[in-house]
Amino acid sequence: MLDSYFLQQLINGLTIGSAYALIAIGYTMVYGIIGMINFAHGEIYMIGAYTSLIVISGLAALGIAWLPVVLIVALLGAVIVSSSMGWAVERVAYRPVRGRHRLIPLISAIGMSIFLQNYVHLAQGSRNMGFPTLMEGGFTFGDAGSFQTSLSYIQITIFVITLICMAALSVFIARSKTGRACRAVSQDLGMSSLLGINTNRIIATTFVIGAALAAVAGLLLGMYYGSIDPLFGFIAGLKAFTAAVLGGIGSIPGAMLGGLILGVSESMTSGYLSGEYKDVVSFGLLILILLFKPTGLLGKPEVEKI
Amino acid sequence: MLVIEDVHTHYGKIEALHGVSVEVNRGEIVSLIGANGAGKTTLLMTVCGNPQASSGRILLDGRDITHLPTPEIMRSDIAIAPEGRRVFPGLTVAENLQMGGFFNTKAEVRASQAHVYELFPRLKERENQRAGTMSGGEQQMLAIGRALMSKPRLIILDEPSLGLAPLIIKQIFEIIGKLREEGITVFLVEQNAHQALKLADRGYVLETGRIRLQDTGANLLANPDVQNAYLGG
Repeated sequence: MLDSYFLQQLINGLTIGSAYALIAIGYTMVYGIIGMINFAHGEIYMIGAYTSLIVISGLAALGIAWLPVVLIVALLGAVIVSSSMGWAVERVAYRPVRGRHRLIPLISAIGMSIFLQNYVHLAQGSRNMGFPTLMEGGFTFGDAGSFQTSLSYIQITIFVITLICMAALSVFIARSKTGRACRAVSQDLGMSSLLGINTNRIIATTFVIGAALAAVAGLLLGMYYGSIDPLFGFIAGLKAFTAAVLGGIGSIPGAMLGGLILGVSESMTSGYLSGEYKDVVSFGLLILILLFKPTGLLGKPEVEKI
Repeated sequence: MLVIEDVHTHYGKIEALHGVSVEVNRGEIVSLIGANGAGKTTLLMTVCGNPQASSGRILLDGRDITHLPTPEIMRSDIAIAPEGRRVFPGLTVAENLQMGGFFNTKAEVRASQAHVYELFPRLKERENQRAGTMSGGEQQMLAIGRALMSKPRLIILDEPSLGLAPLIIKQIFEIIGKLREEGITVFLVEQNAHQALKLADRGYVLETGRIRLQDTGANLLANPDVQNAYLGG
């Protein structure tokens, strides 16, 4: 049953899915800690993609074309700009309204999303821009003549970088002092401040981490699709949000799993049914999960032992 | 050590404390007793800056902490085991303790952790268990242990006996006595008035946001009004 066509859809799905997962982590971490959906997160991802494009073009103008350098400098640039943006958005748009009615930060987030989208429209123009692929080619398997499965270098790069990011994040959350504080604050913010912890700083840290991962995804998917525009973050943000809910919002492994499932289901739909239906399937999946397992696949229902 | 002077605290427009003055001296165990809704927890939380007092002053070692933000107050010599214990359910026992010593060096944390395990051997056995899966008594031990991790000179305990079995309550009160021997000042809030007053050097009775009585623990225990209202006649 593992024919080469199926394998191809699986590879494509995992590629997109791992990028969704990177973005979804930002939604899930912020939700886990302050219970709000950061709707400007898709824009942070889009800004990451634009920043890396600017950095790559700048390096090209300087005549620097050695791939590892280009990739690392572009990643660094995107991560720095997006993280600062994530930090600033929290400081300007969310912190002043924290603790108010739930709708208020939500509206603030939507406003921030519209603002950032239009800012990039003005600064970079609304037409889509070509994104250099940086690496051509890849491996192909299967007999010549029949359908051949291909695994491009970009896809391998996406897998490897995503894997490194997720492993680093998992270790950080599980082992480091700040990671422990992130978990504590998400479980009981008030108690954390009773232990002297500056909860504002921990909240800002989660925004910065989420934004950094989104920026990485921005560079990777920019290369993969080969073009970006100011609306680039909107659909990806929506998909990543779906992935976060699918996996159980608030759960980091859930966001990773949700992203992969969503990516694979999308590419299977495009491959076997039609590309037109892929969004129908992803959002249909979301509705099913919400109906039958509202906490998501790995989300825990709130149980308290007295 | 801790001086609360004429403190008024509001929740929105409702005044919960109508000018409360309490003093806790170094090395003492001071118990605050009172019925449900008298404002005991409000008073403790006002000391911690959440909510902040709307008027009056709170001094810790002579320093005015009335209007400091909660984290800053809690980073001085004070620690709390709050109402409802509030251990971090998804963190292990060891991780909960480490959160209590967040601002101490690794070596200090290791030493405090060993000390807490000495006071509560039960916690040592459960070191790698998630706190949310433990019994109420174990969680209370953890909440007190976590408060001790920052090596406070004043520890605030909000109803440590609530909902626990008599045997566990006895253990907890023994530990509180031990804390005094170690030179830690204890400010204890209890509904379990008998035990709390027996242990206390001094006590206060809080009624609907006002201090009604204050005396030594022994005198309050012998006071007929207190006996009628809080010790079941």
